[in-house]
Amino acid sequence: MFGRLTWDSIQTHDPFLFMATIGMPIVVIALVIVLAYFKKWGYLWREWFTTVDHKKIGFMYIILGMMMMLRGFVDAIMMRAQQSIAEGANHGYLTADHFSQIFSAHGTIMIIFAAMPIFIGLMNIAVPLQIGARDVAFPALNSVSFWLTVSASLLVMVSLSIGDFSTAGWTGIAPYFEKQYSPGSGVDYWTWALQLSGVGTTLTGINFFVTIIKMRAPGLKLMRMPLFTWTALTTNALIVLSFPALTVALLLLTLDRYLGMNFFTNLLGGNVMLYNNIFWMWGHPEVYIVILPAFGIFSEVVATFSRKQIFGYHSLVYATAVIMILSFTVWLHHFFTMGNSVDVNIAFGIATMLIAIPTGVKVFDWLFTMYRGRINFSTPMYWLVAFLVMFVVGGMTGVLMAIPPIDYLVHNTVFLVAHFHNMLIPGALFGYFAGLIYWFPKIFGFKLDERWGKISFWGWAIGFPTAFFPLYVLGFMGMPRRMYHYDNPTWQPLLIVAAIGTAIIAGAFVAMAIQAYVSVKNRKKNADLTGDPWNGRTLEWSIPSPPPVYNFAVIPTVEGRDSFWTEKEKGTAYKRPEKYSDIHVPKNVPYGVWIGIAAFFFGFAMIWYMWWLAILGLIGAITTVIIAANNDENEYVISAEEVKKIEDAHYERLAAAGGKQHE
Amino acid sequence: MRKKSFGRFFKSIGLPLAVFLFSSCQGGSLFDPKGPIGSQEKSLILITFALMLIVAIPVFAMVIWFSVRYRESNKKATYKPEWEGSLKIETVIWLVPVAIIAVLSYLTWVKTIDLDPYKPIASTERPLHVEVVSLDWNWLFIYPDENIASINKLVIPEGRPVTFDLTSATVMTSFFIPQLGSQIYAMAGMTTHLNLEADATGTFLGENMEYSGSGYASMHFDTVSLPQDQFASWVQTAKASPSRMTLTQFNQLNTPTLNYPVTTYSSVDPGLFNHIVHSFDSEMPMPQAMPADMTTSTKK
Repeated sequence: MFGRLTWDSIQTHDPFLFMATIGMPIVVIALVIVLAYFKKWGYLWREWFTTVDHKKIGFMYIILGMMMMLRGFVDAIMMRAQQSIAEGANHGYLTADHFSQIFSAHGTIMIIFAAMPIFIGLMNIAVPLQIGARDVAFPALNSVSFWLTVSASLLVMVSLSIGDFSTAGWTGIAPYFEKQYSPGSGVDYWTWALQLSGVGTTLTGINFFVTIIKMRAPGLKLMRMPLFTWTALTTNALIVLSFPALTVALLLLTLDRYLGMNFFTNLLGGNVMLYNNIFWMWGHPEVYIVILPAFGIFSEVVATFSRKQIFGYHSLVYATAVIMILSFTVWLHHFFTMGNSVDVNIAFGIATMLIAIPTGVKVFDWLFTMYRGRINFSTPMYWLVAFLVMFVVGGMTGVLMAIPPIDYLVHNTVFLVAHFHNMLIPGALFGYFAGLIYWFPKIFGFKLDERWGKISFWGWAIGFPTAFFPLYVLGFMGMPRRMYHYDNPTWQPLLIVAAIGTAIIAGAFVAMAIQAYVSVKNRKKNADLTGDPWNGRTLEWSIPSPPPVYNFAVIPTVEGRDSFWTEKEKGTAYKRPEKYSDIHVPKNVPYGVWIGIAAFFFGFAMIWYMWWLAILGLIGAITTVIIAANNDENEYVISAEEVKKIEDAHYERLAAAGGKQHE
Repeated sequence: MRKKSFGRFFKSIGLPLAVFLFSSCQGGSLFDPKGPIGSQEKSLILITFALMLIVAIPVFAMVIWFSVRYRESNKKATYKPEWEGSLKIETVIWLVPVAIIAVLSYLTWVKTIDLDPYKPIASTERPLHVEVVSLDWNWLFIYPDENIASINKLVIPEGRPVTFDLTSATVMTSFFIPQLGSQIYAMAGMTTHLNLEADATGTFLGENMEYSGSGYASMHFDTVSLPQDQFASWVQTAKASPSRMTLTQFNQLNTPTLNYPVTTYSSVDPGLFNHIVHSFDSEMPMPQAMPADMTTSTKK
């Protein structure tokens, strides 16, 4: 009945996991009761869970990403704390096995369940607005993507209390993750969580690729698209092209683990090198999937806050496209030390370095956008400046590692750890933060608090180098990654510095929470009445904040790049249309939630060998798809009068705010 | 206020950066190489780093300069909101990175061939042959020509190249002696190769760089480089050891063990290394009595 799930699988022995085992259900039950008490469940269900509105789905993605980032950050604190004390006779407070679960969970969560949801959330919010669309191409599918991501995140969280998580790192280590060496439930949690979220992400990729190609407003040619939309387009192309490789790698592993096959085992011609190749064919593009949207955000931010057109638009577009293509040609640099032939290493080494060219061009384009601008240093601009400085450091260490003989030295040292955090924190995360602050008023109608935003920024700007630059040095001292304990007293001082850096970052998170609280408290004061709080350039700023459910009362016609800015310059912005017409809007549907629940039970059942439940879950998901496909009443109409009423209210607010705009 | 906070900002970046550069050059192990491979790799790092500063320093300077000069409050600065491109600038910003990467690509080409781990090191001395077997979680070193073996301690002669053949009796590991240079994976059922040389005597840290299970953190060993005569006498001492590396002995050893005491063996079953490599060809692996408490969760 319960497969291999027994009472013993429930974590009660380790004090930390015991807290999670007790704590998580308590929090969930408390939440259920509190929401029921305030009669909020109906509201949540109608307005949020079943929504197909890209803006709301985007916000839910961001909330999910932030929550998971907090979980991943707690993992980071635990690792830094352990490594700062576990030298010589002191073995720290974590066992080797628990430490391994933490670093595996940290990587999996930060990449798949924090970074991806946050940028997909931002993409959901901004892309349809930037291209003048009323929603995405497949609104209900968008909801399915989101709920699949939720169910996969839940699987990772459940692994805290029931069974273990993988100890084989976020990338999986062949053949260590095979049943022979890792018989527990951990690797299966990792596999199914990745697999489910992978389905969700692939659907998102298809959805947004089609949206950007097919649903642009008239006149918005490709070479007029805002740069965030451009990076979103390339990112989604990467998603669609690369995720199948992950699916296949995980599927072959599943066949090994469940049916005793030998794809990645040591036996019968199984090949561990095959896994590395297939995995990184996805794994390397994945890095750019996470970073390119941040590049797009920075391009928007730098132009808006420099009050100037972006420098080298064409260069930036082509650089993005070149990065997209090159990202498929470099996967082997993740294992130069596998004994490949010299020619292979040279080819992949040079291919890797080539990426530095378009990336360097982008950096200069951003810089020359600032040149002869009038730079308004709002918080997003702070993130951009910090990004430029630190990203260059990360890029330099990246080029170092692209040279095979240097990689032979620093591969798998903490130098590598420092490098990829250097790319992903200033490169991706800083961009997301800038994007959150930038688009927040669009979604909620008020700006986030600048003061606390800047305090949080300084926490990151100081905490990040303090936490990671010591790791570069430790890497040069030969310290391997993933050590729960070490016998080398010279490493300890730098690891303590790194732990202090993590503490500073923790302060930055607290400041961010205060920022959210203060912003909501002062929402009247920071209200955005015009819909254009930053003196923006692109279409999303031409509509009210928050936008009505249909986004654009009349689909705009685009005449060039930065069309809203041009209109403002010419004085033709905010022109009232002659008349409004009825608007068809997609109806909310519960299918996403259903499929999410079915997928969760399917995944959980597969992990614990409860075959009957797995079959039920699968049937549930497929049935929902069939029901959804047969539902033809998926739209409702907002009448022209109603549209007029909503728009009138906006124009009144605009007139009232008139003089105060962009003082 | 704005200006001041930027000063603070650059101090916060600059200081750790300086510490980083300073202490890396001060002698972490990669910057204190004890062999030709390590030395060449170290100078490659420094050359590459210097070349990249050609791009990096202007970027740092421009970030500071543009941020200060073109801040909103400085009304004296030129403001050109419609300026969106300049063929001259764009040519430069494409060509400079292209030029640097071209130089680096050439370096990569030449140095990857030069420093190929599989390439024997040119020397008047005949290389010492060592077969390395990675275990859960110990290292076995077989000296086939001397017909001796050693666990968790690698002894090599100073000034004589060492050519390693590596394999794993279990999962994938990565064999690395930072001060001598290049690391290489050890994989079951396969043989990889590595050529290193120590040009100084001393004891150097040897490590496993690839996570291989709960004993991974303790999987390090001492590499002892001895003058050639002392190495010869170490071989003689090893030959007098009462322990012998037979297949039975190996199978006993090939079970998950932490910190197996350093042991030398006076003889090795002929073809043991090959036997280990080929033991994965058939359906059944070598008997591996994996005690449950080592392989499953130790969280309980």
